[in-house]
Amino acid sequence: MTRQIALIITFVSGFAMVASAFFKPVEHWGEDVAEWFNVLAAIAFVLGAANLAKVHLEKISSRSPGWGYSGLTIFFFTFTFAVGLMKLGVHPMDKFPAVAMSGEKDAEGSAFWWMYAFVMSPLTSTMFALLAFFVASAAFRAFRAKNVEAALLLGTAFIVLLGRTFAGVVLTGWLPESLSFLRLENLASLILEVFNSAGNRAIIIGIALGVAAQSLKIMLGLDRSYLGASN
Amino acid sequence: MSRRALWSLVLAVALVLLAIRAFTGPGMGRSYVSDQQMGFVQSADGVWEAAPDGVTPTISWTAELSVPPRVFYAANAKDPKQTTVHLSLSRTLGLWAAAFFTLAILSFLYADNPCYKVAEAAVVGVSAAYWGIVGVWDVLVPKLGGALLPLYTKAHFLPSLTDVTGNWWMLVPLALGLMLLCRLVPKVASVSLLPLAFVIGTTAGLKFISFTEGDLLAQSAATMKPLYVERLGVDGALDLAMTVGASLKQTLLFVGVICALAYFYFSVEHKGVVGRAARVGIWYLMITFGAGFGFTVMGRIALLAARFEFMLDDWLWLIDPSGKRVVALTAGAGEVLGQFAQIHSVSVW
Repeated sequence: MTRQIALIITFVSGFAMVASAFFKPVEHWGEDVAEWFNVLAAIAFVLGAANLAKVHLEKISSRSPGWGYSGLTIFFFTFTFAVGLMKLGVHPMDKFPAVAMSGEKDAEGSAFWWMYAFVMSPLTSTMFALLAFFVASAAFRAFRAKNVEAALLLGTAFIVLLGRTFAGVVLTGWLPESLSFLRLENLASLILEVFNSAGNRAIIIGIALGVAAQSLKIMLGLDRSYLGASN
Repeated sequence: MSRRALWSLVLAVALVLLAIRAFTGPGMGRSYVSDQQMGFVQSADGVWEAAPDGVTPTISWTAELSVPPRVFYAANAKDPKQTTVHLSLSRTLGLWAAAFFTLAILSFLYADNPCYKVAEAAVVGVSAAYWGIVGVWDVLVPKLGGALLPLYTKAHFLPSLTDVTGNWWMLVPLALGLMLLCRLVPKVASVSLLPLAFVIGTTAGLKFISFTEGDLLAQSAATMKPLYVERLGVDGALDLAMTVGASLKQTLLFVGVICALAYFYFSVEHKGVVGRAARVGIWYLMITFGAGFGFTVMGRIALLAARFEFMLDDWLWLIDPSGKRVVALTAGAGEVLGQFAQIHSVSVW
């Protein structure tokens, strides 16, 4: 029964959103639902937090390998959440100094700001930076110009990388004006303007068609995978 | 000497060198702040405003603003006993914590190790809490609290709230949210399917429209343009070279999109004309992936450079590209502080 109701909700809510794009009187439905959606997403964070706590507390209680790190995860989570919720170290807004909790949650000098500026930001940016090494290493091992396709991929990456740096400008800066289109920075621009745009457009059109088809399947109840394995 | 002992020795030497550098000479890895006294009084009509000079404020506090070390040097040069600009212990500790976490993540390049695992645990815990808090203060309090308990929310959290009439429709997402939490209780877990169905349904409806309108139609319209592109010179006459170039670009773009779409079209066997078009489409796609790869590498390297700049400039004080620690000999401390106040639009009462 719950599953039948769920299918009806999907159908009605989905087509209501489609209708809001076509009928002026219900135009505001889309915006209203977007707000509801944000609220639901924020509440879903509670679910996520509970799940995080469950997984790591289980590891701690069973003393499974690496349980100490789970303890650290719980500590960092609890500490950051607590100082953020209490707005520890946040001064009130200048306009409303009498309202203690009126300041921005991440105001400079607050404990939550500290956790973001000195823990989260360096950690996430270094993690992404670390990928530079792995991408370069993987490329060095995997990139071989064995056929036309591989040569195109390799050559384009090379031109774009060099063409967007000062090295590229220096390397081909000596070319005369009549051959300036062969300078690396101009070749990189041509690749981005024409070939890259064409490829990206085809990919975007393909994705759009796929999303539209999948959305219709979900709204019409043809795809029920989100309801669970039994469906 | 075992590998472990060798690394311990290297680490110990590095720590000793760091300690020597940190506590001798100009030092390193220090963060300074400038105190700003904030004071407010309530006017007759109930509005709070900054306390004028000579008036004792009803509410006051001291705000700390980060300043580069040169501001501290300049202030100390003028008055060694001044306390307005001073070392911030919490921010200095933060700087060192950031340096530790940066090195801990980079240490993974050698091998998985306890320092990396500590950093990994920190990033998981802090990120989850960060987004949770963003959800609470940016969504739940203003949207839900502001709609269901507007007066309470205005009085305690959001004094700038203007609409206090409330909006009972927000009970719907609250109810759906509570139903979502039923997933935590196995007996009633199936109830969580209903909010899930709502989320899936509305997402499908919104994405159906936005992808069709914003991507499919917009990209198709941008492609279906005349292949002949006329370009005029500065004298208003036809510039043949520019016209040929622009027309060629448009033709290559059009052909590329059609050929790449032909590659994605699997309802017809890739033979004959379709096969040849699909092959050209693959070439275009390979160029696209190559450019994407190039940009990804560049983006990551830019991030890495930023991390190195942080380590060498902010922490180790080995480089100073923005002159954070350089004090102009001709500028007095007052001038430097004045400039700082002007840049940051702050005033001191």
